[in-house]
Amino acid sequence: MSEVLLASRIPLENYADVVGAGEIEELRALAKPLRGRSMEMINSTAVGGGVAEILNRLVPLAEELDLSIRWDVMRGAEEFFDVTKSFHNALHGEPYQAKRKDFDIFLSYNEQNRATLPLDAEFMVIHDPQPAALIDGRPPGSNHWVWRCHIDLSHPNRAVWEFLEKFVSRYDGAMFSSPEFSRQLPISQYLFYPAIDPLSEKNCPLDSEFVQQVLHRYQIDPQRPILTQISRFDRLKDPVGVIRAYRIVKRYFDCQLVLAGGSASDDPESALVLKEVVRAADRDPDIKILELPAWAPLEVNALQRASTVVVQKSLREGFGLTVSEALWKKKPVVASAVGGIPTQIIHKHTGLLAHSVEGTAYQIRFLLSHPEIAAKLGEHGHEHVKENFLITQKLKRYLALFLMLDRRI
Amino acid sequence: MNVAETPFDFVTASYLTRIGNQSAGTLAELLTGLEHCSDASIFYHTFQTLGSHHFLTEGFSNDFAQWTLSSTNRNDLAEQLAALDIRDYTSIAALRTDLCCMVRDFCIAQPQVTSQSGLERFYFCESVEVTVPLGHSARNLDEFRDGLTHLSHAAFYFHFISSRLRLQLQTNDFSHWLSSSLGLRTLADSINHIDVYTNTLDSARGKMLRLIDRERKKV
Repeated sequence: MSEVLLASRIPLENYADVVGAGEIEELRALAKPLRGRSMEMINSTAVGGGVAEILNRLVPLAEELDLSIRWDVMRGAEEFFDVTKSFHNALHGEPYQAKRKDFDIFLSYNEQNRATLPLDAEFMVIHDPQPAALIDGRPPGSNHWVWRCHIDLSHPNRAVWEFLEKFVSRYDGAMFSSPEFSRQLPISQYLFYPAIDPLSEKNCPLDSEFVQQVLHRYQIDPQRPILTQISRFDRLKDPVGVIRAYRIVKRYFDCQLVLAGGSASDDPESALVLKEVVRAADRDPDIKILELPAWAPLEVNALQRASTVVVQKSLREGFGLTVSEALWKKKPVVASAVGGIPTQIIHKHTGLLAHSVEGTAYQIRFLLSHPEIAAKLGEHGHEHVKENFLITQKLKRYLALFLMLDRRI
Repeated sequence: MNVAETPFDFVTASYLTRIGNQSAGTLAELLTGLEHCSDASIFYHTFQTLGSHHFLTEGFSNDFAQWTLSSTNRNDLAEQLAALDIRDYTSIAALRTDLCCMVRDFCIAQPQVTSQSGLERFYFCESVEVTVPLGHSARNLDEFRDGLTHLSHAAFYFHFISSRLRLQLQTNDFSHWLSSSLGLRTLADSINHIDVYTNTLDSARGKMLRLIDRERKKV
């Protein structure tokens, strides 16, 4: 078994200060008909990356509502994660030559996991492509299975998608982070936003003294503008492109760049990308490359709060939760118009979108020149996250989904 | 104080967005989509932004207008679509007819832009509403006011906005109950006339509470 044991628990009532007592009452009302029903979430990593982070918060909150929920992580060796990383990139549209052996490895590890995971909950939620073939272990005619896809499937590699589609089509429904990611499928498809937890260490309010300590620890000057991108060291996050944009901005503003990120246990490529980033930084003392351990949430929180502008210059993106994190902290954000980012950044209302290195640099310069506009975007961004991308909203959507499956609306 | 025979039962709602199989990349395709999408989809795209972006009171009167502006850069058509007020309609069919007319007339007048691809595609979606009773109700204006004060945004949206689809766009749950169960027709009308396009959900609720307080002073 590989059930994830969760350490921290935040009482549901604590969220009332953030979202209002009415929202909490509503969650309890929606959960009531589901008490005693079993739910199981399955993904491929317990640490690092947006999915694990969401489940780490969502599962304890569901337990607070007296729901019977468990979270299991599928097991796999290096060869499996190498294959699923290739699939991940291919589904995002990167070049990939499909090999029979890769598909066999994928199927073999799914089969091994079918033998060890329970798969008998009334509501099964399978996250992302890695465990998609677990559907083969569905007991006949009984429980509800839904597939939650967190990645951008708008331009998938055909061979990989056709392989996966055979499994996905057998679920009762699929959830995507943007309508653009949906596919022509014979099953219902729903819009499901990822979410952040406003009370987690990554997003809770911090003392300014702690923020200053973190800046001091990483030798970041609080007196000069700080541009920050928080993300895994992954080519699809384009950290080298961020450095190029920073170099353009640097001609006009004496700013600093912080590139901070951790690595996920299912991402074998991150060490290589980190080397590329160090090379591109070329020992510029104003570029801080911080490889943070997977759980350095307070440091990430402090870096975001200390930032003048937060950047998310991804080339492809599932959703880009770091954008919501920054907006929640009322930070002006410049981000690429890819994946789920335009859902979070309504251009000129909750942040600014860009489509190139030059565009990113221009929007950063604009915000550094107009701090009053930057502040207004940050305020609107905070409201947008509060209404749509908080963990309480996410939990509500799951409850609605389970109720809907149960009632077959 | 009037006491209603039928209480107002406060309900909460959670919304799932179902992604349809139709999408549009050009104005011609938008017209085809408008002609064939479900009533729920027309309603979703003319009202959902009032729930999800309710803190913004500019630029988002409906999704069709927003897409026409941001993706096809046709300000003239976008302004026409944005000017539609759903309270002028007594059915989704009539609303659909007018939306189609506007886009069709524009396509006839400017055929050269009809097939130009927009920056992003428009995806037709619809809401799936899941409701659960909150377990409290009101029989008089005081209890109604108290319940209204404590509603979440989603529950308020359900009773004040989403209910219009059920009630054939004529009224909303609050006005319907105030008029039919408490006989407060003037208050009901005033509440129904609160401009849902230029108010946030919070400011609409604030106006409603002020109207109720004025009514209570008359008693």
